[in-house]
Amino acid sequence: MGARLDSAAAGTANYIDERTSIGGFVKFFARKLFPDHWSFMLGEIALYSFIVLLLSGVFLTAFFVPSMTIVEYDGPLATMQGVEMSEAFASTLHMSFEVPGGLLMRQIHHWAALLFTAAIVTHMARVFFTGAFRKPRELNWLVGFTLMILSLAAGFSGYSLPDDVLSGNGLRIIEGVTRSIPIVGEYISYWIFGGEFPGEILIPRLFTMHILLVPGLILVLIALHLFLVFLHKHTQYPGGGRTHKNVVGLPLFPVYTAKAGGFFFVVFGIVALVAAIFTINPVWNYGPYDPSPVSAGTQPDWYILFVDGALRLMPGWLFDVIPMEWEIWGYTLSWNLLVPALILPGLFFGFLALYPWIEAWATGDRGEKHVLDRPRNAPVRTGIGVALITFYVVLVMEGSNDIIANLFHLSLNDLTYFFRIGIFVLPALAFWITRRICFGLQRKDRELVLHGKETGRIVRHEHGEYVEVHEPLTDEERWVLIQHDDIAPLEIEPEFNDRGVRRKGYRWDRFKQWLSRIYFEKRISPVTAEELAEAQEHGHH
Amino acid sequence: MSTTENPTEHGPEGSEKQNGFENPGLPYHRPRRADVDPKADKKAERQTAALFGVSIVGTIVAIGSYMALDMTDEIDSIRFVNMAIGIGIFLAMIGIGLGAIHWAKTLMRDHEMVEERHALRSSDEAREGAIQNLKDGAEDSGLGGVKRRPVLIGSMLTALLAAPLALLWPQIGNMGADWNISNFGHTMWRKGMRLTRDPDGTPIKASDVTIGSAFHVIPEGLNELEHHKIEEKAKAVVLLLRLDPRDLNLQPGREDWSFDGIIAFSKICTHVGCPVALYEQQTHHLLCPCHQSTFDVANGAKVVFGPAKRPLPQLPIAVDDEGYIVAQSDFHEPIGPSYWTRLHDTSDGLHADDDTEGSSH
Repeated sequence: MGARLDSAAAGTANYIDERTSIGGFVKFFARKLFPDHWSFMLGEIALYSFIVLLLSGVFLTAFFVPSMTIVEYDGPLATMQGVEMSEAFASTLHMSFEVPGGLLMRQIHHWAALLFTAAIVTHMARVFFTGAFRKPRELNWLVGFTLMILSLAAGFSGYSLPDDVLSGNGLRIIEGVTRSIPIVGEYISYWIFGGEFPGEILIPRLFTMHILLVPGLILVLIALHLFLVFLHKHTQYPGGGRTHKNVVGLPLFPVYTAKAGGFFFVVFGIVALVAAIFTINPVWNYGPYDPSPVSAGTQPDWYILFVDGALRLMPGWLFDVIPMEWEIWGYTLSWNLLVPALILPGLFFGFLALYPWIEAWATGDRGEKHVLDRPRNAPVRTGIGVALITFYVVLVMEGSNDIIANLFHLSLNDLTYFFRIGIFVLPALAFWITRRICFGLQRKDRELVLHGKETGRIVRHEHGEYVEVHEPLTDEERWVLIQHDDIAPLEIEPEFNDRGVRRKGYRWDRFKQWLSRIYFEKRISPVTAEELAEAQEHGHH
Repeated sequence: MSTTENPTEHGPEGSEKQNGFENPGLPYHRPRRADVDPKADKKAERQTAALFGVSIVGTIVAIGSYMALDMTDEIDSIRFVNMAIGIGIFLAMIGIGLGAIHWAKTLMRDHEMVEERHALRSSDEAREGAIQNLKDGAEDSGLGGVKRRPVLIGSMLTALLAAPLALLWPQIGNMGADWNISNFGHTMWRKGMRLTRDPDGTPIKASDVTIGSAFHVIPEGLNELEHHKIEEKAKAVVLLLRLDPRDLNLQPGREDWSFDGIIAFSKICTHVGCPVALYEQQTHHLLCPCHQSTFDVANGAKVVFGPAKRPLPQLPIAVDDEGYIVAQSDFHEPIGPSYWTRLHDTSDGLHADDDTEGSSH
């Protein structure tokens, strides 16, 4: 039996290999090494929730009718009996209440979408804080960044499909923002909606975008993202034996096939459990889209909340005197929409996309970096990251200010005033505090390397002095604390050469030097071997 | 600035020194219990098999729930069927997942291996070869080299850049329907059109509107529209309110736009177009729940808080012979959020403003 199976497998392998030369690929891939760390699973969660989205999405397309034709509801839901609604909404109710397992699949799909975006953002934060975007991975950072933007597009287009009153108001906001774009905004709005809002064609258009265009692009970019991961080989955390020139880990087959493959089933299982127990997006409570009603305390999905928060934050009148909507030469320019909904997200995302290059200018480093940074060893980067998160969180909180006000019995207006100031002050404060904490942790690391660990054992010397015995670190422990580079601010060549001719590119160098000083002017260097020798000398006096 | 290949590369080739310290190398590998104890090995195997067993049970639960449980019209029964299937799927998935991970963690190799990395840069040889190949190709085609053909290249690039337009022009052109963006500037309200209740469309008598009350209003005949009903509704919805006339500060030029404290405003927010649906009777404030723009009804619906800049447009109303509330005209300015050419659609309204001011003197 065993022998027969073996010969059948060999036969099949031979058949395929003679037609594809797959043997070379298998040899190359099968024992490829991957380092082990829990934070490397965040990207996996994103990938797996995307697969769950594809699987559950296929189920939903079998029942969803992407049409805005108005029908009268005639189904089991008593509260909706006789209500006029689009076929999109009616089919959503049908699949929820008349298809066994349909509601479950809707909820799996929605929860997986929330997890997908959340995992992407967390994965991105991990890559940011550990410096995994450095050479040679800058382009893959851009691929990942684009995937993040696409996940928002996928989420928003899907959220709008049931054509309920909540998502309809979301679309109305999109329409208002689109129209505010100078000169072309009104035409773009007509182009999107096929005429005036809401029109009769938007849901079919969003449907195509949601099930074909966006997921197609996501699939292609995921393939590119993973291809580059294989090409670059995975980054690794610092540790004994790990360098920029090797990778230490366990082989893809069988260890990561089992661990990562198994993890897909864990992610799917947990999403299914959450979807089985917790209701999400109960559109039957909101009702079909109607331009007239709206309810308070309703929030969009979490990943869009920051835009909503920005729209709430921006005053229509600055200090009650300066209008944020200008009328110039007979045309209207709405800063109260353009700034929060387009300019601000544009700057935020633009900065994120370009970050690897900004930091490369500051370090001037051209080497390949495969060992990750401990966030404390990059205090400015870590500070910027925490400042960006703070900025984002302020917007999210402003986007939920009605809920916060309700929950904590605060004034809605006061909260908005607070966040209007907070959006400037809190990120700056977060940057400063984070950098301080990083410096503190670096000093602690130096302390540990130089003087060892506290043992809690107090010893009394002959002359009566009490000291705590410190135990020196092992080589392994010490290496983690001293292995990072001590990067100094850039030195640049003078403006004029010895013949007094102005050098080309001097201004650009000046800019990089300025940037570099922000990053590295104030820094705490890792302990060197000489310093340690000196400290030990001192200890043994 | 110097541009050496790897300015911060550590030490000379092969050495792993950093800051004067030697890289201590990989830590000693500690065997797991299953590596040394055959009993522990057997136990881990049994545990893994049991976890896969959980998955099989889960699949049976999912399919069994689907087949055995009936869904009635009761929401609870629908929820129960979905929950049972969901828990089945959960078990089916988590069993496989935990089983595979347990297997990997206890029985598969955990002794780390080392693989060398190679610089991503191609070898000089390969680069030279690549450049030579491209040069040869350019020479063959006339794209570069001795027999360069600029006319051919120019015409090809122009054709390539223009060709997508053949596809995009009709595509984009068709997607905006009639492109009649002046539709943003007016609604279906007309002189003499009755204000009716949303959604049933019954007309409202002035005597029905008591002080402090608020009516959600649609234009008479909206429900009977054959086309663009929802688009018209999205522009024409109105809030009808009655204040104590002593509280109501009539705006200059609009003294005759309201009737005995009854006043009508567009329900579409001038910020981004959500319905301004929350009315606070005590303060006469209208609040948009989307972004919390707050409008003071007693003072021409001017903005008192939030991101909106302009007041809600007011609908001029009157009372007809039968006592029903009717519109005097359409809005005198575009309703809803601002847009680039908004003032072009407003000129009409400005004239009307002047007229009413003239007649009131």
